[in-house]
Amino acid sequence: MKAIKIPRKQLALYIMLIPPVLVLFIYAYLPMLGVVMSFQRFEPSLGFFRSEWVGLENFRRLLYIPDVKGVVLNTLFIASMKIVVETVAAILVAILLNEIVSKVFRRSVQTIIYFPYFLSWVILGGIFRDMMSREGLINVLLGKLGFEPIVFLSKASLFPYLLVITETWQVTGFGTIVFLAAITTIDPTLYEAAVMDGASRFKQIIHITIPSIRTTIILMVTLSLGYILNAGFEQVLMLYSPLVYSTGDVIDTWVYRMGLQQSQYSLASAIGLFRSVVSLILISASYYFARKFSDHRIF
Amino acid sequence: MFTTINGLFFILFSLSCLVPMIYVLAVSLSSSTAVTAGEVILWPVNFTWKSYEYILNKGEYWRAMWISVLRVALGTGVSMMLTILMAYPLSKSKSSFKHQPVFAWYLIITMLFSGGLIPSFMMVKYTGLLDTIWALILPGAVSVFNVLLLSNFFRHIPKEIEESAFMDGAGHFKILLKLYLALSMPILATLIVFIAVGHWNAWFDGLIYMNDQTNYPLQSYLQTILVKSNSQVMTQAHAKLLSMVSDRTIKSAQVFIASIPILCVYPFLQKYFISGIMLGSVKE
Repeated sequence: MKAIKIPRKQLALYIMLIPPVLVLFIYAYLPMLGVVMSFQRFEPSLGFFRSEWVGLENFRRLLYIPDVKGVVLNTLFIASMKIVVETVAAILVAILLNEIVSKVFRRSVQTIIYFPYFLSWVILGGIFRDMMSREGLINVLLGKLGFEPIVFLSKASLFPYLLVITETWQVTGFGTIVFLAAITTIDPTLYEAAVMDGASRFKQIIHITIPSIRTTIILMVTLSLGYILNAGFEQVLMLYSPLVYSTGDVIDTWVYRMGLQQSQYSLASAIGLFRSVVSLILISASYYFARKFSDHRIF
Repeated sequence: MFTTINGLFFILFSLSCLVPMIYVLAVSLSSSTAVTAGEVILWPVNFTWKSYEYILNKGEYWRAMWISVLRVALGTGVSMMLTILMAYPLSKSKSSFKHQPVFAWYLIITMLFSGGLIPSFMMVKYTGLLDTIWALILPGAVSVFNVLLLSNFFRHIPKEIEESAFMDGAGHFKILLKLYLALSMPILATLIVFIAVGHWNAWFDGLIYMNDQTNYPLQSYLQTILVKSNSQVMTQAHAKLLSMVSDRTIKSAQVFIASIPILCVYPFLQKYFISGIMLGSVKE
């Protein structure tokens, strides 16, 4: 009789795995079961087992809530703008950074522009809220130029663009790392040949640098597409106010307000589930394509 | 020509990254009247330490700071332990650890599926972690990215080292502690710094898992006072300070103090994160 037998030598490995596996089970796997709430009229006092089952009613209700459509559209609009602007900015800055000849200057620039990435959105939000307030730095400067003060963060029409601008500012420096690494692998003889042919710096960039890092660009864009329903939760939460809900409210912030602040657990889980399912499909697809296009694997 | 314009562009870009921090510092060190009058740009006007004095005497700020420090210390320790315990078995090949693929998938799946905000919140609630520091530490303690990074590193440690240790009668625990950890100092340092910065910067979990605001870590506490519109920040006891400090100068001082730890670890961080980002450029 051969029961399930763990070789003695491997036993230690299983013992090691107990703590992390348990933590993952409790805080990653058990919450997955929580999605049943989306199909219930969940009452915290009754719990999962005694709450009433309502099938797809919560999803049907979502369709009739006027906010929902706006929230989904805002999310898509903000996230896709961010993907485009941030990618383009990172590529451009990486290329220009690569053109800097002085090593010392280049190092210092890199050190400085990577920095904002490491500040939390509480800190950045605090700074931006102050800088863009009626009495803040930007309005002081605008005032010196003779403009009327603008309360930037209260203007719904401006809000999505401010989100894009501030996040691009925060992540561009750090985002260059991947592209810089790609640029350093380009064969220098290509540039030498181009110089012989009389190509200008600009022409070299267009005809050599960009085509050479094409795979990396496609890879990064493909991977980011999986996150098109993430419009930057912490950033939005830090910067928005009821005045800009119409253009700035995204799925995550809506779930937060509905679910945790107004205790609409079932409704919030329903849209959360919708978001997860769409994200899962997009992430799987983008990883699949990333693998196909550039043989990139995550594990 | 190109070089000059390029250089200028980067000087401006670098300045744009520095200006916000300098501005916050300048506002925090200026008198409230100068700030209100819009005289402060990048240099303190009517220099005063009063805002900082105010904060130094503010018990809640220090309490929140203490919780953050505790969180960083405990959270980094727990996270590192769990990460190491998971990464070592996963670094074994299928032939020396039969169920390696099972556990690898167990880990990967948590990255693809998640319960979302509400169910995660309820789980923390059911396990009785609400209002304890463990609510900020346990749920995110095992990061897929960190485990993959470390087990990849372990995989490149030569097999012979392990085999000879086995011959000498060492078990897996001993090999992990005495050999693997000693050989992976650089990557361990990277992870420690990344995890610590993550804990220091986190604020949303503090906001939702702490019902009692006195349990907020620093960043969560800051979030509430920065977003809540001012007015009641001052107490009567501080009324005599009113002429010198204002809501804005105090907020700025608090923001600045909260970012000092990042300013301090940044030089170390910078040494490591390039390799980190390259190994894991697929994070998120």
